[in-house]
Amino acid sequence: MTKADGIGASVKRREDFRFLTGRGTYTDDIDRPGQTHAHILRSPFAHARVKSIDVAAATAAPGVVAVFTGADMAADGVKGLPCGWLIHNKDGSPMNEPAHPPIVIDKVLHVGDQIAVVIAESRAQARDAAELIEVDYEEMPAVVDAVAAQAPNAPQVHGDAPGNLCYDWHLGDQAATDAAFARAAHVTKLDLVNNRLVANAMEPRAAIGEFDRATDEYTLITTSQNPHVIRLLMGAFVLGIPEHKLRVVAPDVGGGFGSKIYHYAEEAIVTWAARKVGRPVKWTADRSESFLSDAQGRDHSTHAELALNQDGTFLGLRVSTVANLGAYLSTFATSIPTYLYATLLAGQYTTPAIYCEVKAVFTNTVPVDAYRGAGRPEACYLIERLVDNAARELGIDRVELRRRNMVPASAMPYQTPVALQYDSGDFHRNLDLALPMIDYDGFPARRAEAAQRGKLRGIGFSTYIEACGIAPSNVAGALGARAGLYESAEVRFHPTGSVTLFTGSHSHGQGHETTFAQLVADRFGIPVDSVEIVHGDTSKVPFGMGTYGSRSLAVGGSAIARAMDKVETKAKKIAAHMLEASEADIEVKDGSFTVAGTDKSLTIGEIALSAYVPHKFPLEELEPGLDEQAFYDPKNFTFPNGCQVCEIEIDPETGVSEIVKFVCADDFGRVVNPMIVEGQVHGGLVQGIGQALMENCVYDARSGQLVTGTYNDYCMPRADDLPFFAVKYHEEALCTHNPLGVKGCGEAGTIGAAAAVMNAVVDALSALGVHHLEMPATPQAVWQAIRAARPSQAA
Amino acid sequence: MELAGSYRIPAPREKIWAALNDPEILGSCIPGCESIEKVSDTDFTATVRAKVGPVNARFSGKVRLVDLQPPESYRIVGEGSGGVAGFAKGDAKVTLVAETTTATTLSYVVDAQVGGKLVQIGSRLIESTARKMADDFFGKFCEQVGGEPAEAVPVESEPPTEAASAAWPAWLPWAAAVAALAVALAALA
Repeated sequence: MTKADGIGASVKRREDFRFLTGRGTYTDDIDRPGQTHAHILRSPFAHARVKSIDVAAATAAPGVVAVFTGADMAADGVKGLPCGWLIHNKDGSPMNEPAHPPIVIDKVLHVGDQIAVVIAESRAQARDAAELIEVDYEEMPAVVDAVAAQAPNAPQVHGDAPGNLCYDWHLGDQAATDAAFARAAHVTKLDLVNNRLVANAMEPRAAIGEFDRATDEYTLITTSQNPHVIRLLMGAFVLGIPEHKLRVVAPDVGGGFGSKIYHYAEEAIVTWAARKVGRPVKWTADRSESFLSDAQGRDHSTHAELALNQDGTFLGLRVSTVANLGAYLSTFATSIPTYLYATLLAGQYTTPAIYCEVKAVFTNTVPVDAYRGAGRPEACYLIERLVDNAARELGIDRVELRRRNMVPASAMPYQTPVALQYDSGDFHRNLDLALPMIDYDGFPARRAEAAQRGKLRGIGFSTYIEACGIAPSNVAGALGARAGLYESAEVRFHPTGSVTLFTGSHSHGQGHETTFAQLVADRFGIPVDSVEIVHGDTSKVPFGMGTYGSRSLAVGGSAIARAMDKVETKAKKIAAHMLEASEADIEVKDGSFTVAGTDKSLTIGEIALSAYVPHKFPLEELEPGLDEQAFYDPKNFTFPNGCQVCEIEIDPETGVSEIVKFVCADDFGRVVNPMIVEGQVHGGLVQGIGQALMENCVYDARSGQLVTGTYNDYCMPRADDLPFFAVKYHEEALCTHNPLGVKGCGEAGTIGAAAAVMNAVVDALSALGVHHLEMPATPQAVWQAIRAARPSQAA
Repeated sequence: MELAGSYRIPAPREKIWAALNDPEILGSCIPGCESIEKVSDTDFTATVRAKVGPVNARFSGKVRLVDLQPPESYRIVGEGSGGVAGFAKGDAKVTLVAETTTATTLSYVVDAQVGGKLVQIGSRLIESTARKMADDFFGKFCEQVGGEPAEAVPVESEPPTEAASAAWPAWLPWAAAVAALAVALAALA
């Protein structure tokens, strides 16, 4: 059934040969003629007034071409970095949007904030010269914790954001939710922190700016997930360069996880400076800079309450969250703790009344924005932790409690009380698949066996649903989005029948060069090797919103499908003319265009040749060529969903948790390449497990210094921390509103995993009376929890 | 945060007090000291090359002595800057207690902050580096002042004032670093 190269085939990733043999071309691999090197001087203080900056010695240092400060940029008319989503407060007033200059003018707001840029002949010379810049700082008290930032006497990060508040927002029906709590037989309450994370893409950010004096054209080569968005934001808002004079290229990019969505100061700095010095300017972050300048993720403090009936029916959910946005508004920061978080609080359940309020707060820390999952892992974590605790408190089996409250497949489409309408999903089926994989019935015996070995064994469930492919644009616009959320594609058949496919989405690890080629191969019956995928260059691709939020296939793939529809429609007309038949009689199957009931047939390749060598061509009716473009704006979000189960064993003597088994059963809609999907799930799971057990970004509360600024202190998961994952999926609840029936898989693993792991950890410790543990559940934290729970035995 | 230490030095208190105010002695005892200069009776500047893990930098320090109570105690307020390597600032209270006419206990309590690359990269190593610098300093100091090695007196260090973070008590290395630098700087005094 599945074609060798078509939809459903595990075609090996075509891009891997170049990546695995070191032939990728990343931004830092590119050198431009006459190139200079930029080094950015960063603040060692979390909060300080900059009284003066003396760049004289640095300017005179060997090899230095120029030194620029924030004042130089401001004097040249450079504006601040814009925020892409306007949130309104409860009272309808707009959020506070403080200035975000690419280089600070008179005040640094976090350790790592940009003070000045040195441009020199070599990277080393730029770095050495930066040491000669004398900055007179007047240090000010810093605040790093979002809750502490709300205290009346807390240091104020911005002069124009009183109380450090960006916005005070809410969603849902408060009165209905309060009423639900008033009649509840039981209320489960939980305070939890969703710990701050560093994205840690393997490739650090880099950027090269270039200016052509002959044409007045700028080029920015950058590590971006969405070059067109960068062109729009930097061109229109920061530097005032019109689109037709600005080309943005994002070549091979080594991982993003959200952190390369945003428009960063360094992009504007190198582009602006390239014109000032008249030579290309290149900047590449070192790992320390990545820790201090890449947008970070999560960082929520939440109080949540779930109201239940005696039989375990969910009646209401009440959530109050304080979200840390860091020192400045990163591009999409404001949308993460609101429309990508509170809207997901129904989860897979029929909870009829939900009310969520979110205060977003500025602190003297690196800005926070989307990180794989972006808001949805935070929602999933709090729902699933609450559900587990509720089950324990009511004495109801965790699986049973979930099943009692799940939205049944028959209720689709299902309108949640928090704005979203789920188009499809069969949540019970996910559980039906997962339970045998983990052998849930055999768990008590495994726990007893582990106890004989002195180990604490726990099992944790997480059911998740996410909203991917943010859309439609008009709805997002009404909610404050300042950009469209469609995607473009162009399918260009060449005369000999090969295809170049231009997509506005961007591949930085997702395997688009394979998956997208499979879409074309499947439709037109040509081998994937006849399809070239072009992405990441605003001078080649018509337009694009890039890749994030698991949108590439759901939105970008749908645009490709639409462009292929147009190709097929035209090809059919050409075929009818060539075969001297009526267009209505042409049947299309696997790239063959056949006159119904005859053996008269043409391949797409033959039609393409005719389109470019139009000797026998309906020139009076059609233009030559076979090259079609489509923009696709989705009707709704897509809703990938699934169930993850984690089984864990804890050594009470050391507090070390070992994940002994981890299974997932997912619904991603139609799966194009099962191998790539499984790889995406694996990667996602590892990032979720990392958050639950290891990763934690910590700032010193007093000084605001980042104390987890290296891999010595910021613990990343490694292969030997992880089990073999068992991953299954079903295709029984396809997306109903996009042409491919696809939902997206990029973030799923991360969204569910932290909850599954922490539910397993708490389950293992629950016999000791531990009912909650904050992430990450490091051996130290687990050991302390065990010791606190049973002091006599620990003594 | 605080970091404290105590040394028993086989010399009379007045002699130690004088040595603690002698830039030449201090300069020869501070590990990595490249220069030391007495700007006024209470102000010193010094340059110290210090290596904390992978961060190797030259720190320029300014130190001021305050609350002088000769020959019993003083407080050192100082700051050192290592350029992009980071900075340290803080104050150290140094107390001399005469145990006998020929032996004195020197105690210090340091409260400090360290920032920049020093913290980001070397934070786990700062405490051990600080301890070692302190031990090296007092070892040499005692040899110069007392003619024999100092004896470290076990001191109960202050418990953490904040709840330990999930990762590790962040204040600890900073405190320790100060010790190093403050002691080094103190030494300058």
